[in-house]
Amino acid sequence: MSQLQTAITTSNSNNSRAIQMPNEFLTFRLGDEEYGIEILKVQEIRGYDAITQIANAPEFIKGVVNLRGIIVPIIDMRVKFRLGNATYDQFTVVIILNVAGRVVGIVVDGVSDVISLGLEQMRPAPGLGSIIDTEYIMGLGTVDERMLILIDIERLMSSSDMGLLDHTIN
Amino acid sequence: MSTDLEQFYEIFFEESSELLADMEACLLRLDVNSPDLEDLNAIFRAAHSIKGGAGTFGFTDMTEMTHMLETLLDRLRKGELTVRSEMVDAFLKASDVIKAQLAGHRGENEADPKVAKEVCEELKRLSDEIQDRLPNEAIADADIEMGAATVEIDISNVPEVTVNVPQSKNASLKKTYCIEFSSASMGDAAIENLFANLKRLGDLEELSSADKRDQFKLRLSTESSEEDVWETLAFVVDPANLKIELEANDVSRNAGNVQNFSSNISNAPDLCTNEDELSSEKMPPMQGYGFFPGAPAVPKELTNSDLQSNSMQQQSAHVSKNETQNKVNKPSSKVSAPISPATSETSSIRVSIEKVDQIINLVGELVITQAMLAQTTSQLDPVIFEKLLSGMSQLERNTRDLQESVMSIRMMPISFVFSRYPRVVRDLAAKLNKRVELKTVGENTELDKGLIEKIADPLTHLVRNSLDHGIEVAEKRIAAGKPAQGTITLRAFHQGGNLVIEVSDDGAGLNRGKILVKAKERGLPVNDGMSDQEVWSLIFEAGFSTAETVTDVSGRGVGMDVVKRNIQGMGGRIDIESALGVGTRISIRLPLTLAILDGLSVAVGDQMFIVPLNYIIESMQPSAADIKTISGHGRVVQVRGEYLPVIALHEVFNLHSNVTAVHEGILVILEDEGHKAALFVDDLIGQHQVVIKSLESNYRRVQGVSGATIMGDGKVALILDTAALVLASQQEMV
Repeated sequence: MSQLQTAITTSNSNNSRAIQMPNEFLTFRLGDEEYGIEILKVQEIRGYDAITQIANAPEFIKGVVNLRGIIVPIIDMRVKFRLGNATYDQFTVVIILNVAGRVVGIVVDGVSDVISLGLEQMRPAPGLGSIIDTEYIMGLGTVDERMLILIDIERLMSSSDMGLLDHTIN
Repeated sequence: MSTDLEQFYEIFFEESSELLADMEACLLRLDVNSPDLEDLNAIFRAAHSIKGGAGTFGFTDMTEMTHMLETLLDRLRKGELTVRSEMVDAFLKASDVIKAQLAGHRGENEADPKVAKEVCEELKRLSDEIQDRLPNEAIADADIEMGAATVEIDISNVPEVTVNVPQSKNASLKKTYCIEFSSASMGDAAIENLFANLKRLGDLEELSSADKRDQFKLRLSTESSEEDVWETLAFVVDPANLKIELEANDVSRNAGNVQNFSSNISNAPDLCTNEDELSSEKMPPMQGYGFFPGAPAVPKELTNSDLQSNSMQQQSAHVSKNETQNKVNKPSSKVSAPISPATSETSSIRVSIEKVDQIINLVGELVITQAMLAQTTSQLDPVIFEKLLSGMSQLERNTRDLQESVMSIRMMPISFVFSRYPRVVRDLAAKLNKRVELKTVGENTELDKGLIEKIADPLTHLVRNSLDHGIEVAEKRIAAGKPAQGTITLRAFHQGGNLVIEVSDDGAGLNRGKILVKAKERGLPVNDGMSDQEVWSLIFEAGFSTAETVTDVSGRGVGMDVVKRNIQGMGGRIDIESALGVGTRISIRLPLTLAILDGLSVAVGDQMFIVPLNYIIESMQPSAADIKTISGHGRVVQVRGEYLPVIALHEVFNLHSNVTAVHEGILVILEDEGHKAALFVDDLIGQHQVVIKSLESNYRRVQGVSGATIMGDGKVALILDTAALVLASQQEMV
């Protein structure tokens, strides 16, 4: 998959820096903020279904669902990032991700669209003491007047504070 | 070229292992007094296929060994020698050596070349014996005498063959081949490589003109057999574009040979002479590797010497020669017919387990979707939606059939496990000097592949145990009025959604008194009033053994506890029945598949959990008076005089429960390794067979949960880790 990524990015831009940077992002809303994750990590998008709780799990892990026979844990990003009210209505969406060899679902307030970002549209993340560790922010993207927070979702999901993996890779 | 071959290594290893297993099965089936020719041929074919593969990959140690096997087997299957039990022993040893060599090439433990040499020597000795004996046999028929002469020539070649396998030839047999091939779609490097390989075989002369680069004509004079040349070429050149001919003037002695070779290449059945039949039967192109269509070196050698001995008979005598060979080779040519259909019968494909599991998952999902649709459509008016409803019922049938056939992919007959025991019993009986017959019943009973792999070790242990402790020595048996030969029976059958495997023997049986004495010695809590069942189960205690002497077979008391643990790990149960002096029967009861579990679904709040059924003793609604508290917080319940700790599931999992008073809910009494506990839940829902899914594949281990499953409505339910819950309750009590 990483080879494919590299191939896509190199074909679109000759700049050597672009090789590490993906350039197509799925954008979604969490509260009032807009986030972007690399499109190649996204497996599918589905509605919010009945979830089976998991005992003694952190609050942001809502539980597990059945995705065509696979048991998939669901994480509510709004709870994790403490953004907005974690309400569940018909607009609540679960993005199924394929990261670090695992299938994980994240609950967001809504999916906007898929955006291509050129290198000139990306800015490095300022070192703010934000709720998300800047370690997991790849950068900030600007599209017209909007600002996108680009998350390194793979790194975030395999980080130890998510508690998704038994042995954290990092 | 070697890099190209590497991708075939794994196939070769797998195929060889299978062939070895087949070979062993045939060897064990072989009746020394009246050997079945079909079996001998099967063994020969297996050895030959391994040799072919090993030769291609350059595993010379394996080629040598299989070659020795072949040499002896060839004599046997032609009826030139009768099978003796020491030969079977030698064959078995040889197959062990090949197995070890295979493991060595796989990068595991290196095979011991000393053992290989010993076995080689033995095989050689056996085939040499034949040579000594053969001339003594009076053969009246002149035709057959000629056949015998052929054999002698062949044998004299054998030692040479072992020295430089596989291309030994008499120097006088230097031949010249005309090779024609088209090099279309071949790279320059490949052609260069090919030329280098051919030059290694002998003197190469290029006849084709330099301007016609896509059509090559070569003359090769070499000592190597035609097959070697063919093999060298066939890897690079498309066999369809390849033509190899023996130059006619070179072999004027037997012109029939030319015809023979060319027909061999083109595989034209109408041209088939008798030699052809013979050689193609030994190496059916489809049977071996598929990519070397030529015939093997050794049988061809026979053919050549055959022809040599017939050289005075020239071409005119061709017909009579065929007749001769017909007689000599009767046994082998007779069986050549059923071989080709066998290739199509046993067609199978190798598929990775992951793919199969994926299909099973998807089909499971399909069944759930279908159930959901059926639920929805059942509310529709059957008159208006008649077509839809009939379609739905058809869908239901199809999905059910599909699910059944998909589930059967993972199922394998238990003969895969049973087939290894004849060997175990044979070796062990010889070692212990006992006479034992092994009977297997129900080999075609199917169970999950995962279980097949796991059941093998415990079963081996039980069989060894039966042989060592159960079956008595012949004298003792006769004194007890039993037949001198003991019988061990392996039986497999289905019973109520379970698979039962029985290991029974007609040996001495368990000695109740002896077990009790031993148990007392070891300080186990026993008394004379215990039931037989309880006494027998003592042998599953760790370190328990009643054997007077510790042998290298068994008696150390290690094992039965492991067997029991393994079986329980598979969700199975083990029972013993025994009668002193009559025998012992140990039955293992297993679920049909690892992927499915019998469970009781219970509700806590709005969540559903599955409790594995084999841990449940009973469930009950307690009265308020039965519930007691210990030091204010710990609760116990009195069940028939016993005080059991109460595990409140909603407390363990921090769930919101509708029922908090114990006497308003249900208690499920669980037992694990002798410890009991009462699980407090809101309600019982029902009993299900559930498909076990891993939580860990996408999440991590959760305390108190062993897995998850998908219920009929598509929701996920967690399967409780009963053992951990019971254990935790025990610790809480202390």
